[in-house]
Amino acid sequence: MRADRGLGLVLRMAAAVVALVFFLFPIYWLFMISFKTPDEIFSYPPVWWPASLQTGNYAVLFKDGDAWTVWNSLVLAGTSTLAATILGTMAAYSIARFGTGGKHYANWIISNRMIPPIAIVFPVFLLFVKLGWVDTYHGLIVLYTAFNLPYVIWMMRGYVQDVPLELEEAALVDGCTRWQVLWKIVFPVVRGGLFATAVFTFVFAWNDFLFALILSRSQVVTFPVQVTHYFGGQSNFWAKIAAMSVLGTVPIFIVVATLQRFLVRGISLGAVKG
Amino acid sequence: MAAAVEAAGMRGDAARAPWSERYFRYLLVAPATFVILLVGLFPFVYTLLVSFQNITMLEEDTSFQGLANYARLLADTRFWEAIGHTLLFLAVALPAELVLGFLLALLFLEKMPGRQIFIALIVLPVVVSPIVAGATWRLLFDNRFGPINQILSWIVGEPVTILWIVNPTFVYPAILLAEIWQWTPFMFLLLWAALNEVDKSQLESAEIDGASFWQRLWWIVLPAIRPVVIIALLIRGLDIFRLFDVVWGLTRGGPGTMTETISIYTYVVGFQQFETSYTAAMALVIILLLSAVVMTALDRVAIAR
Repeated sequence: MRADRGLGLVLRMAAAVVALVFFLFPIYWLFMISFKTPDEIFSYPPVWWPASLQTGNYAVLFKDGDAWTVWNSLVLAGTSTLAATILGTMAAYSIARFGTGGKHYANWIISNRMIPPIAIVFPVFLLFVKLGWVDTYHGLIVLYTAFNLPYVIWMMRGYVQDVPLELEEAALVDGCTRWQVLWKIVFPVVRGGLFATAVFTFVFAWNDFLFALILSRSQVVTFPVQVTHYFGGQSNFWAKIAAMSVLGTVPIFIVVATLQRFLVRGISLGAVKG
Repeated sequence: MAAAVEAAGMRGDAARAPWSERYFRYLLVAPATFVILLVGLFPFVYTLLVSFQNITMLEEDTSFQGLANYARLLADTRFWEAIGHTLLFLAVALPAELVLGFLLALLFLEKMPGRQIFIALIVLPVVVSPIVAGATWRLLFDNRFGPINQILSWIVGEPVTILWIVNPTFVYPAILLAEIWQWTPFMFLLLWAALNEVDKSQLESAEIDGASFWQRLWWIVLPAIRPVVIIALLIRGLDIFRLFDVVWGLTRGGPGTMTETISIYTYVVGFQQFETSYTAAMALVIILLLSAVVMTALDRVAIAR
């Protein structure tokens, strides 16, 4: 596969640009609608570039308090991520170092991640109704934590295996307890992997729609649920759909841009080191 | 290697070690296991119980009905149609995403100006919330104010007014396009990473020996990336099997029940018709079916090395 020059490179660049346009155009369109005036949104034929980038659509969301749902998403995703990474790394360490529970326990953990959310959420809904946890922060936090734990355990197991055993042995010989070894040696060494894993659990919880749809009513509505509130039978609130979507999407884009190098390992459940 | 650490810590003083040290490994997994079981096992058992009863929105009938709900499920054509729709999405989207993702990966395999920027931008759809993706495509597909019909009219030279998400002929292509748009970059990224790991010297010597591009692809590249392909297909396959958000954002299962997936039908029965016991039976059947598939698959492919 020799490096091709001239015509070959031009063709490849052309193909790359076509692919880029295809994958970015919907995102571009969403962003543009969020800046359009109602007249521009409902003009025929459609306008591709608004006359001015007015932010009135966003102002409405903040004035009505709808933008608050982004804060809800942040609280739920942030808290559940913190819980899942700490508990998950502890379990992962035990599994990686001591083989706790054997192969079946490890397989059971990851299979939890693969069951369809709709099948999980229905039993959970019945449980939460009994406990009075529907439409509460802690209800969704527990659910997101549980849903993300298998992922964290699976990913961190790989990172823990990369920790040099000599480090831990030296600390044990120096008189550290096992807990001290875990907090002072293992956690600092796997920090990079921990951070990357945490970001993905955050994205899962942030982007979740189904759990939040079923387990929230009015108090802990997250931004994906809020977006669907603007769909109407006859007329859709396009400006609000677009602006709300952008508010919820920009943070994720920023997060992902900062951790490009972890992306492959993160989305392949650790199968591809990338 | 675990034995070494174990030996270092347990050297003859296991009996004198404090309780928290001796049961260290179990204390570590206990909280995580508890949380998973709390939203996993306990509701599962409760659901099993409910699935044999007859609870609906109107009556709290907790008498045991035997397998009535399961028998009803077998006869429920709407449930089987939903499985059919889901499998249709699976059968089209999964190969399409794999092939397109592979072609993209080949395209970006060799250096070109701005390659990293191209890749960073192309993978953005993967991290967009799927419900937002559905909403976005709904705006794009709008018959009057969306750009898709506009672009098509430029191509054919006369006004195009396709009712994408209402017309039975076009609703599947519309959903599939949104689904493929969002997840092809996922396949692309994994395959691109895998292709980069393929042994370059082996490829070069094969080329010197006169192997054509296609021969090298078939005999060296494909076997090398096979494990990644299988894992990518497994992850995406399971994701498409539970397809909900994109369809919900675009059509809510309509027109009629034409695009209802398993997840959407379960949602409708459970949370709009409140057929509690029946939904419980449905959820259990889905869990059992998929668990069998997942367990078999996991035995064959080791996700973690």
